[in-house]
Formats: sequence, C-alpha cells, structure tokens
Amino acid sequence: MNWGSWSNFFDMGGRGFYVWSSYLITLACIVLELGLLARRKRTLWQRLTQIMKLNKQG
Amino acid sequence: MAFNIFKYSSPATFYPLAGKMVPLFYALAAILAVIGLYISFLVAPTDATQGEVYRIIFIHVPAAWMSMFIYLVMAMWAGLGLILNTRLSSIMAQALAPTGAMFTFVALVTGAFWGKPTWGTWWEWDARMTSELILLFLYIGYMSLTAAIDDVRRADKAGAILALVGAVNIPIIYFSVKWWNTLHQGASVSITRAPSMAQTMLLGMLIMALAAWMYAIAVSLSRARLLMLEREKSSAWVQEVLEKKL
Repeated sequence: MNWGSWSNFFDMGGRGFYVWSSYLITLACIVLELGLLARRKRTLWQRLTQIMKLNKQG
Repeated sequence: MAFNIFKYSSPATFYPLAGKMVPLFYALAAILAVIGLYISFLVAPTDATQGEVYRIIFIHVPAAWMSMFIYLVMAMWAGLGLILNTRLSSIMAQALAPTGAMFTFVALVTGAFWGKPTWGTWWEWDARMTSELILLFLYIGYMSLTAAIDDVRRADKAGAILALVGAVNIPIIYFSVKWWNTLHQGASVSITRAPSMAQTMLLGMLIMALAAWMYAIAVSLSRARLLMLEREKSSAWVQEVLEKKL
C-alpha cells in the first residue's frame, strides 16, 4: 500500500474522520482501562499495608 | 514428582505465577499490535467497494470477537465457581468482565463510525447491533450485581446465574445476521468457506485479533491478582506478599 504522502495517509480517501476517530476512541478505552486498573492497585496496596502496620502495632 | 495442575488453582500459588505472566502477555500484545497495525495501514490494499474506510475492520472485528469470546469464558468460570465452589474461578470471572465490557463498547462505537459513512446511519435497531448492545448491558449488569452484594460468596453466586443466563445472547449475536435480515453484513470470515476478503486484509485482522487476545489475558490476569489480594487479605500468603513489598 503506497500512500504517496502523509496528507493522503491522514485523509484516508476522505474518510479520515471516521477511521481515526475509531482508532483514537479504541486507544482511549485501553488507556482508561489500564489507568483505572493502576489506580485500583495503588489504593488496594495502600489499604492493605496500612492494615498490616496497624496490626503490628497491636 | 508428577506435575500437579491443581496446584495452580489455589490463589497462593497462582498469584506469583500470574505476576510473571502479565508482563509477558503485555509485551506480546504490544508486538502483535505493531505488526497488525503495520499490515492494516501499510500493506493491506484499498477495498474495491468501500475505499479506505474499511480499515475500521481491523479493530471492529477483533473487538466484536473478543466481546463474545470473553463473555463465554467469563460465564464458564462463573459456572465452575458456582458448581465447584473454587475460589479462583469466581475471581477469574470477575476479572474478565470489565475487559469484556470495554471490547463490547469498542465494537459498538467503531461500528457506528463505520456505519455512518457506509450505510448513512450511526445506529440501527437491527438484530446484530441490538443483541451486541444487550451484551454490553449484560456485562454492566454482572459488574453492578457482584459489586452491590457485600457477601463475596453470595455475590459470586448471583453473578454466576446472571452470566450463565445471559450466555443465551451469544449465539443470538453470532447468528443474528443469518436468522434475520439485518443491515449488518454477514460474516466475512467463516470456517466452512473461503474468506471473502484479500489475504493481507485477513492477515491484518487476525494479527490484531491475536493482539487483542494477549491484551485481554494480561489485563484480566492483572485484575485477578488484585482480587486475590483483596479477598484473601487476612491469609498468611497475602501477609507474606505484603512483607516482601515493604
């Protein structure tokens, strides 16, 4: 597939809006999922280590 | 000593194993996505009838496949948890749900962005699209239901029943384009006949589907690890894990 130029590539035969929107929304969904997971991990670790420290103090 | 597969059905032994698998599957997902995108945009030719807009297929079809497949795997784990009462099964079911919902959402949205320029509409209440939307509601319903019940075992059981009943929807989605006269086109890829698309297009789609698989495995294993820690927080093995990290 030879696009010739970058502008042709981004234009996607006049359908650039639809093609790139689809890809960007997909990327956003993946980033969001990974972000939410990372946040969940952080809060869980904080809570668990806090509980452990409190238990040790008796 | 013989290899014992049941050894890994306990969270204490599965937790570190999953920890090793997660980065591996993320790496595979990234490599496959790069190859898949390269083929999708730089190798696959322009479609004779649709032009360039067909390139949405490289995410739309893998996402739609994953949305259905993850649901079946989720329902299977939920069912196993219900029957065998194994701790890990219900954890796996809950770990898969958000990723399944994400792929369902992606399939619906990319479908809309593909439908507008080719059919002239973002949305149509045809059988394929409506049943896929119901799939999204099933995922959301499953997640809300399991989150709403405080007792973990009861939450697992209620969720499992919902997941199993909802599994009826999967063959409906899959065969909807055959059973009803839908706006959505029939399957481009089938086991029984030659695919109706150029080989490089098919290759790009399959590699993107593999990338989606690897991503789904990595992210749901990662989530399963959190659920294991959360659910077994007072057990000795979690305390050990925490000690090591401090």
